[in-house]
This record gives sequence, C-alpha cells and structure tokens, in this order.
Amino acid sequence: MAEAIKILICQGTGGISAGAKKVEAEFNRIIAEKGLTSTSGKHCEVVKTGCRGLCANDVLVDIVDGKGRTTYDFVQPEEVVKLVEEHIIAGEPLEKRKAKPYYNQFVDAQRRIVMSGCGQIDAESLDYYLAEDGFKAIEKCLKTMKPAEVTEEVKKAGLRGRGGGGFPTGLKWSFCAASPGHHKYIICNADEGDPGAFMDRSILEGDPYCIIEGMMIAGYAIGAQFGYVYVRAEYPLAIIRLQKAIDTCYEKGYLGKNCLGLGFEYDMRIKKGAGAFVCGEETALMASIEGERGMPRPRPPFPAVKGLWQNPSNINNVETFANVRHIINNGSDWYAAIGTDTTKGTKIFAVTGKVKHTGLVEVPAGMTIRAVLYDVCGGIINNRKFKAVQAGGPSGGCIPGEILDTPVDYDSLIKAGAMMGSGGLVVMDETTCMVDIAKFFLTFTVMESCGKCVPCRIGLKMMLDILIRITEGNGKEGDIETLLDLGATIKQASLCGLGQTAPNPVLSTIRYFRDEYEAHVNDKRCPSNACKELLLWRVVEDKCVKCGACKKACPVDAIVWEKGQTAYLDQSKCTKCKSCYDACRFMAIE
Amino acid sequence: MTEAVAVTENQEIEVEAEVDLSIADKVIERYKDIPGNLMPVLQGIQDDYGYVPRVVVDYVAERLNVYPSQIYGVLTFYAQFHLKPRGKYIIRVCMGTACHVLGAERIRESFYDRIKIGHGETSGDRRFTFELVACLGACGMAPLAMVNDETYGKMTVQKVEEIVKEYSALPL
Repeated sequence: MAEAIKILICQGTGGISAGAKKVEAEFNRIIAEKGLTSTSGKHCEVVKTGCRGLCANDVLVDIVDGKGRTTYDFVQPEEVVKLVEEHIIAGEPLEKRKAKPYYNQFVDAQRRIVMSGCGQIDAESLDYYLAEDGFKAIEKCLKTMKPAEVTEEVKKAGLRGRGGGGFPTGLKWSFCAASPGHHKYIICNADEGDPGAFMDRSILEGDPYCIIEGMMIAGYAIGAQFGYVYVRAEYPLAIIRLQKAIDTCYEKGYLGKNCLGLGFEYDMRIKKGAGAFVCGEETALMASIEGERGMPRPRPPFPAVKGLWQNPSNINNVETFANVRHIINNGSDWYAAIGTDTTKGTKIFAVTGKVKHTGLVEVPAGMTIRAVLYDVCGGIINNRKFKAVQAGGPSGGCIPGEILDTPVDYDSLIKAGAMMGSGGLVVMDETTCMVDIAKFFLTFTVMESCGKCVPCRIGLKMMLDILIRITEGNGKEGDIETLLDLGATIKQASLCGLGQTAPNPVLSTIRYFRDEYEAHVNDKRCPSNACKELLLWRVVEDKCVKCGACKKACPVDAIVWEKGQTAYLDQSKCTKCKSCYDACRFMAIE
Repeated sequence: MTEAVAVTENQEIEVEAEVDLSIADKVIERYKDIPGNLMPVLQGIQDDYGYVPRVVVDYVAERLNVYPSQIYGVLTFYAQFHLKPRGKYIIRVCMGTACHVLGAERIRESFYDRIKIGHGETSGDRRFTFELVACLGACGMAPLAMVNDETYGKMTVQKVEEIVKEYSALPL
C-alpha cells in the first residue's frame, strides 16, 4: 500500500503572481525524477488549490503526509529539491523553513465556513468538491424539500446579502418567487469592483462549484431555470475556472435538462464584464447582460418584479450564494447560532494596506475590528501608529482608532459612518493623509460615474475639485462646509447606489479627521506628510540611526549617506517621491 | 486626459484598409443565437483584432441589425474596449486602494518620466500602451504593475527603470 502524500500549492491570482506555477512545475519534475509517483512506496500528488488567504506570504505550500500538515511560506522554485529530499523522502520536515507561528495564529483566529474549500481542495476537480459534501445540499432540496421550505430555511438562518446592502436573502427570494412569470432568472453578481476587495475572486477561483450549487438552490426555491454569473473581465482566472466547472457539471449531469437525474431543469452561463464599476449596481448589471450600456434605472419596479428582459430576476452576491449550501446542509439553527443578533454567519474581509499580514480572513460576524487587525493580521507594519481603517471601499468610510472596538456587523458599521460593503478593509497608519484618501476615492467614483444623473456626474466633480485644491495648498475658508453640503445633496438626490454612497469617504473623514482638513486649509500643512505640494523633506538628525535604508530607496541619489554617518537629503535633487519616507523605520525623515 | 498623440489619423486609415472581415464573421457566428450578444461579439472581435476597427463596427451593425451609434455607445461606455490599435507591451499600473496607500502614485509618475505616455496612450512606435487600472486583485503584493500577463509585485521606482529597460530592449 502506498503512502499518500499531498502537496498543496496555492494557485490563486496572488499565488500565481508570486511564482506558484514555477514551484508547481518544479515539484512535478522532481517528484517524477525521484520516482515518487508510483503506487508502491511514497505516492505524491500535487494539488492546485485556490487562495488560502495569506497572499502576502505566497507561495504557500502545504505537505500533508501521515504525520499531518506542514506549511512552508515564501517557497522559491530553487528550494523545492530540498523540500522533497528532506521532508518527503527522508521524512524530516525543514524546521527552519516552516511558516512561523503567525501563520497558525492567522488561521486559528478565523472561522472558515464559506472558504472551507478554498485552499484545501483542487479548485478544478469535481471529485474533490463531491468529497466535501458537494451537491449534497441541492440533492437534499430536490428530494426532501418544497421550494417554499428552502426559502423559509434561508430566512430562518438570517442570511443577509453579502454584497454590502445587507438585505435579508430569504426575503428577497420570496419576493421573486411570488412574482408571476414563467421565465425567471438567477443572477450572481461577481462584478467585484471595489478597489481592495477580492473575496469573490478567491471563491470563484478556489471553489467554483459551490457557486453553481448555491445558484441551483436559489433557482429551485424561486422557480428559475436559468442562471447568469456576471464576472468582471479583470478576473480572467476566475472566468476560466468557473467555465471549466460549468462545463464539467453539464458533462456529469449536474446541470441541464435533468439535473442529478431528479427532473430539475437548470442552465447556466457566464457573462463577462468589460470594465465598468457601475455594473455592480443591479439594474446596471442587468442592462449590461442585455448588451446595453451599463446604466442604472430607477427602482421600482424592482428586479424581483421586472428584471432581466422584463422577467422576474433575483440578484445575489458571490459570497451570499457560497453560504447557501452550508445552511441547507447544516440547518438554519446551526447557521443562526453564529454571529450577532442582526448579522448571522461569517463575513470574509480583504485586509490590505499597512498591516503585517495582508490577505483574506473569514471571521464570525460581531468580532471587533481590533481583533481582526491585531489578532488575525498581526498589527501594523514598521511598528507605526494605527490611524484608521477604510471599510467598504468607495462607498464606505474611515473608522478611526477610537472606535476600533466596533463589531463587524452591518448595523454597527453603518452607525460608525462606514459600511460593510463587500468587505474590503484597508489599513492606514500615521503616514496616510485622510484628505488624500478622500481625494483618491472621489477620483475613482468620478471616473466611474455613468453620467446619467446630474448630482453624481457634476456634484462629485465639484467635490473633487475642492479636494484637489485643498491638497495643493489652495484651500479656502468655507471649503469644508461646501463639501459637507454637496455631499449631503448628492447622497439624497442620486439615482443609484454609486452616487448615493460616493460622498461617504469624504463625509466620514471630515467627521473623524476634521483637524487634518483644517490643517490643510488654514495652515497649508499636511500633518501626515503625504500631500507632496505641501512638503519639503529633511532628515531628522536625532532620530536617524545611520542605517542607510533611505539611500537605497532613493531613486535619484538625493540622499547622501556613508556607513556610520547621519543621512543628509539634498533638496536640489529631491523629487518628493516619498520613497525614503516609506523606507525609514524610525520616522527620521519628515 | 489628453488623447493619444501617437497614432495619427493617416496611420489609422492605413491599418483599417487591411482589416479582414472574415475574422469578425467567425465571432458573429459563434454568438449569433444568444440573447444580448452585442458585448460578447465585440469582446471576441477585440480579442482577435487587438482593438475594434471602425469598419468592423459598421459590419457588426449590419449583421446584428443594430445602429452603429448603439455599438459606439457600448464601446465608449466600457473601459476595456479600444478603438485604436494598441502597443505590443501593455503596462498596467494598479491604482487600487492598497496600492495607493503604499505609493502607486510614484510608480505612475516614474513610468511617465521614462516612457512619456499617460493613461490610455500608446507610444509612437507602438511598443508601449500605458494604462491605470482600478484593482488587479493582488493587494497582498502592492504596489503592483503588470506588463501584458507578467505581474510585478512590491514595485519601487528602481524596478520601474528595470522594467522599462527590459522591454525597450525586446524586439518590436
């Protein structure tokens, strides 16, 4: 009997950009060379898994043998020989190369339900999915439950839309189920446009079958026979993997005229986006599927009544669909026991920015933001001071240190002036300027505004012009009030979610960091040293430890430094690019 | 944003003259019977031609029975459609939040300093096209840049120099 050894290599977009393909090729080559593929003795299998969350430390490789699981991080192709020889052949794990304790902390502090398959199973293999109770939930629905019972179960579980709005999923399904019409559509919104959020991509890449199953269950509950997945074109790998999964399902009879041989008809198709953020809005998304410009329209009528091609349609987010099969498999009581009173289950966050371990974390709703950042993600890089975390992307807001103990659920975050959004958390330290961040998000929404309604098209541009003026040192008295006024009007008067939420980054930064705005406007000074028009850089002699890191970072040789000497910055050469400031670990450049 | 200066009107017409419509035919055949097929057809055309040539727009309009104005409406709405030929090496700099916080602005600037083209522009020799993108979804490696399908993580100004050198030396 052969000893089965599995080598799990992360092959999400993060893993591949860190060189996972090369590592995989190297493993395959060496395993074949050493004869480790035979059926007697040690039998190795390389498994291409999806993202396991800790993208910053890719390439991550797990070796699972009789003794359990060992994780190695930052694996380079050159090291593969050693790993195979010592760990697999000699049975001696390389202690030095193992992922440090932070990895276990990162993993243990989470609760993985939706992402239970990501990073563990071969994303492209139906067999792996079946082994993880795949398609058991839809089978249970078709065999033992009426459509209304399925909807009821999801309602009882308390699942709320994970796309950001937080509308109760079961309720949404029951609206669409009650709408008259023979042709109904299930649409999966995978147009994950928020910069800094990538959980939907990871699920599609790491566990595509669970989306298919979730959509089938929704289809059964509502009475729809067709499902569209709208994936943004920036996710080529997700599209390839999902298409492969759909093709396999057709081949094996899980999709088609007679799904699972149980008389249920369900078809699916991927619709590829073409680069428009506003298409994440449901009515714009449907216009885009119909082949039109992706512009939103007023509601009502809601999609549940008149959606795609005027037929009743139900739109949910990727993460929402990924939750469904777990609810059916384990029951609504089990699901409702996780989380808080108003937000059930878990939520996946994409934690990025100035934090030690960037990546995807799945935690039960109700955990505090502090716990997510410090317990799971290891705190701030370069030991700098935490300033704020931006939650919810261009629709969300900034949460300052004072309210770090806000639990992550829909209602608490809205109270704090941010929102759950799709779940991006971008961490900012004392060197990030809040005015600059507000300007950044507005630049984005101004570019992505579809131009249909006036408040969004013109109002946002006016706000952006003021912000640009402020960051260039030309702010005027009254600017902050004008921003507040404009923001409130745009929120009320815009047609769709994009405009209604676009002023949030500005409004929330003014709410919590008004002093920074005032410093820009009144003193023409950027307290965080970020707005380059307002800066002149120099080395603080008392703080300099003479390490030379700034010299290495400087692209124009403006730093004069020799070993054992305090650095000196030559103003005539400096291009104010800030490289030295970011490189210094001792805040000795200001 | 200024229009691409590099590709002149004459050059464009020259290229248009060589367009082979049978490629467009094949794409249209593939999606003929699917409802809402305009976008998939245009995406297929762009994949095959590298951009959407003017004559093809008229041809598609005729075959799908829609107005050319409607097609231009779609083409100009979505960021990923291009009406002009593009460079051989497409440089994308991620401007997502994580990249922004970690210094994407200086990466953009230093690319501009070296190849002198801005967002959406193509260099005169059609070697480079430069694009700013919202988020490439690899925030763990921020700041990020891509050249065609190759990803460059943890970018610095020095790395920009290396990348430009490397691709300038490659044959066109």
